[in-house]
Amino acid sequence: MLYQSFLIKYAEIGTKGKNRFLFEDALISRICHALKQVDGKFDVSKESGRIYVTACGEYDYEDTVEALKKVFGIAWICPMFQTEDRDYDRLKQYVCCYLNQVYPDRNRTFKVEARRADKRYPVPSEQMNRDLGEVILDTFPQMRVDVHHPDVLLRVEVRAAVVNLYSEMIPGPGGMPVGTNGKAMLLLSGGIDSPVAGYMVAKRGVRIDAVYFHAPPYTSERARQKVVDLAKLVSRYSGPIDLHVVNFTEIQMHIYEICPHEELTIIMRRYMMRIAQRIAEETGSMALITGESIGQVASQTVQSLAVTNEVCTMPVFRPVIAFDKQEIVDISERIGTYETSILPYEDCCTIFVAKHPVTKPSLKVIRRSEEKLAGTIEKMVETAIAGREVIRCG
Amino acid sequence: MEAYFDNSATTKVFDSVRDIVVKTMTEDYANPSAKHSKGVEAENYIKEARSVIARSLRVQEKEIVFTSGGSESNNMALIGGAMANRRAGNHIISSNIEHPSVYNPLGYLEEQGYEVTYLPVDRQGHIDLSELEAAVRPDTVLVSVMYVNNEVGTVEPVEEISKIVKRKNPAALFHVDAIQAYGKYEIRPKRQGIDLLSVSAHKLHGPKGVGFLYIDEKVKIKPLIYGGGQQRNLRSGTENVPGIAGMGEAVREMFTDHQKKIDGLYELKEYAESRLRKLEGVTLNNPPGREGAPQIVSASFEGVRSEVLLHALEEKGIYVSSGSACSSHHPGLSGTLKGVGVRPDLLDCTLRFSFGLFNTKEEVDYAAETLKQLLPLLRRFRRR
Repeated sequence: MLYQSFLIKYAEIGTKGKNRFLFEDALISRICHALKQVDGKFDVSKESGRIYVTACGEYDYEDTVEALKKVFGIAWICPMFQTEDRDYDRLKQYVCCYLNQVYPDRNRTFKVEARRADKRYPVPSEQMNRDLGEVILDTFPQMRVDVHHPDVLLRVEVRAAVVNLYSEMIPGPGGMPVGTNGKAMLLLSGGIDSPVAGYMVAKRGVRIDAVYFHAPPYTSERARQKVVDLAKLVSRYSGPIDLHVVNFTEIQMHIYEICPHEELTIIMRRYMMRIAQRIAEETGSMALITGESIGQVASQTVQSLAVTNEVCTMPVFRPVIAFDKQEIVDISERIGTYETSILPYEDCCTIFVAKHPVTKPSLKVIRRSEEKLAGTIEKMVETAIAGREVIRCG
Repeated sequence: MEAYFDNSATTKVFDSVRDIVVKTMTEDYANPSAKHSKGVEAENYIKEARSVIARSLRVQEKEIVFTSGGSESNNMALIGGAMANRRAGNHIISSNIEHPSVYNPLGYLEEQGYEVTYLPVDRQGHIDLSELEAAVRPDTVLVSVMYVNNEVGTVEPVEEISKIVKRKNPAALFHVDAIQAYGKYEIRPKRQGIDLLSVSAHKLHGPKGVGFLYIDEKVKIKPLIYGGGQQRNLRSGTENVPGIAGMGEAVREMFTDHQKKIDGLYELKEYAESRLRKLEGVTLNNPPGREGAPQIVSASFEGVRSEVLLHALEEKGIYVSSGSACSSHHPGLSGTLKGVGVRPDLLDCTLRFSFGLFNTKEEVDYAAETLKQLLPLLRRFRRR
C-alpha cells in the first residue's frame, strides 16, 4: 500500500482559541474509538496543529477511510505517502513514483505546493516547487502546469523526521468531535426523521442517548428491534447510545379512556416529553432532541409544537424543524438509516389515532383535559420510568 | 406456559430428526457423490430418505427430486413444467387462493408470454369445477392447485380436478401444491392423477431448507438449476444430506401410526373450535372438523385488530399467525380470506391457529382462557 498514513484536517475546531486543545484531544479520542473497529494498529498523534493517523504495519485502507468518514470534526482526510528519507534527490524520485501510481492517466494539469515545516531543511519551499515541477514535466510529458486550477495539487511537506506527499482529499463529515458539547436525549421512533435529528445534533459534538416508547401489544417486538437497529446505525457516527425503552401502554390506554379522543396524540406527546425529560435529568442529558418538522403531521403544527413544548424546561433541539420531507430523506439515505426506517413493521398505535385529531390545540383546553388524569397518571409515569429497559447501542 | 400454534408456518423437529441431522453433519458428512466409502455412506442416507418418501406416496424412487423446500418445488414444477412443454401450448390454469410461491412464478410465466386463468373459489374455498371444466383448452399445458389451503385449511378435490382436466386435455400436466397436505393425508399421485407434487419438510416436523418434488416418470421438466448434474440432471448441486436425511426421518415418523396422529390432530382441532365458539364475537372461517385439514383453525375476532391480538397473545407465550406467516411481510389483506367470503370488517381481525403433533389440550385451554381475558380488554380500545 502506497499510503501508510493520513493527515486529518479539521475545520471549525481550529477556531476555538484557548480551548482548542480540548477539541483536538476529543477528536483524537473519537478517531481512536472509530479505528478500533478496523483491522490494523494505528498511531494517532497531534503535531503543530495537525492530526496524523499512521498505520503500524498491515491495515485495511478502505475500512480505515470509511471509519474516518464517520468521525465528526474531520473536514478532510488526506491519505499520505510518507518517508523518513529526506534526501532531496531521492525526494524527486518519490514524487514521480507517487504520481505514477496515483494518476495512471497522465493527461492532467498539476501544481506543486511544498511546505518546509522544518526550516533547517536546505532547500526553500519556492525552490522545491520549481525543482519538483520541472522533474514532473520531464518525466510525464503529457502533464501541464496550472497554478490556478490544477487537477492535481501535490503537497510536499518536509518535517523534522519525515517527508509527506499528498494530493487526494477525501471529505470528512465536518462538525465537531462528539463529547465536546455535553449530552442530549433523543426521542427515537422507528421513523425517518428522528435518526436524522440525532445524527445532526451529534454532529455538533453532542453525545446522545435515546428514549423509545414501546406500547405492546400495539407495537411489536419487531418495531422495537427496528429502533435498536436504528440506534446502532446512528451510533456509528455518534458513538455509544444508551437507548431507554419505556413501556408506554398503560399511560396511553389511560389517556385514551379519560381524555377527549381528538386530543389524545397531543396529550400523549406531552407525557412522552415529560418522561424523556425526567430520564434526561437522571442520566446527565441537558437537552432533548426530536425529529419534528413543522406541519408534517397534526401533532407538528406550530400550535401543537407550542403545546407540546410547554411541558419542557430543558431546551428542545429540533434540527429538522424547517426541512422538507425529501430533504430529511436525503440525509437519512446518506447516513444509511433510510432502509431501516422504512421497514414496514406494523404499528398498531394507529388504533389510538383519532380520525380528525386537533391541529390547533389550545393549551388551556389541553391542560383542563390533563387535570382529569391527575392523581392516577403520576404513578403510571413513575412505574414506566422505573421499569424502563436500557440497551447500550454501539 | 408456552403454546406454539403456528405449525403451518413451521414446526419443531422430531428428536429423531435432530439426531440424524447432527449425525450427518458431524460424522457422516462426506459428499454423496464422492467415490470413497465415506461418500457411499452419505449417499445411503439419501437413498433411505428417497425410499421412505416414495413408499409414502406409493410411487417410484426415481420420481422424487430433492429441492430446497416448498418454494423451489413449486417454481420447478410450474416454470420447469411449462418450459418443457412449450410447444404443446401456453395456457395455464390455477386458482386465486394460491400461495405466493405459486402466484409469483405464474406472474413470471405471464411475463414470458404464458396466459394464466385464475379460477375463483366458493364460500368453502373450493374451486368451482364447472368453471374449471370451461377453462381447460386444447392449448392448456398446466393446471396447478393447492391440496390444502394454508390459511383456512380447505381441502381441494384434487382427484376430480384431475379427472376433469385429463378428460378435456389428456396432455395437460396437473401440479398439486401439497405443502400443507403431505403428512396429513394419504396422497396417492398415481390413483389421484397427479403429475407433479410439491412438498416441504419443515411443515411436518422436519428441517427447514429442504423439500421435494414428485415428478411422474412420464413427465418432462426443464431444470431450474444447472451444474454438476446431480439427481439425474434435474437438480444440480451437492445434495443437502442432513436436510434430506432429516426429511426422510420426519416422513418415517409421521407415517408411523399415522391414523392415530391425524385423529389426535382432529381431536385438538375440534376441541379448539368448541372452545373458540364459546367466546363472544368469534367467527370461524375454516371448514369445521373433518371437513377441513386437521391442523388449521382460522378465527376472526370482531373489533380486535389481528396484529394487536397476536402481540397480546405473544406476551402470554401463545404464538399464532395473522394471515399466512410467509406473506405477513407484505402488509395487505389476505386474498384467500376475501376469496372464501370473510366479512370485510373481519379481514383484518383474523388469526390462524395451526396445530402440530407436539400440541396438547392443556395448551388449547390455556389459549382459550387467555383469549377470554384479553378480548374484552382489547375491545375497550378500538379506534373511535
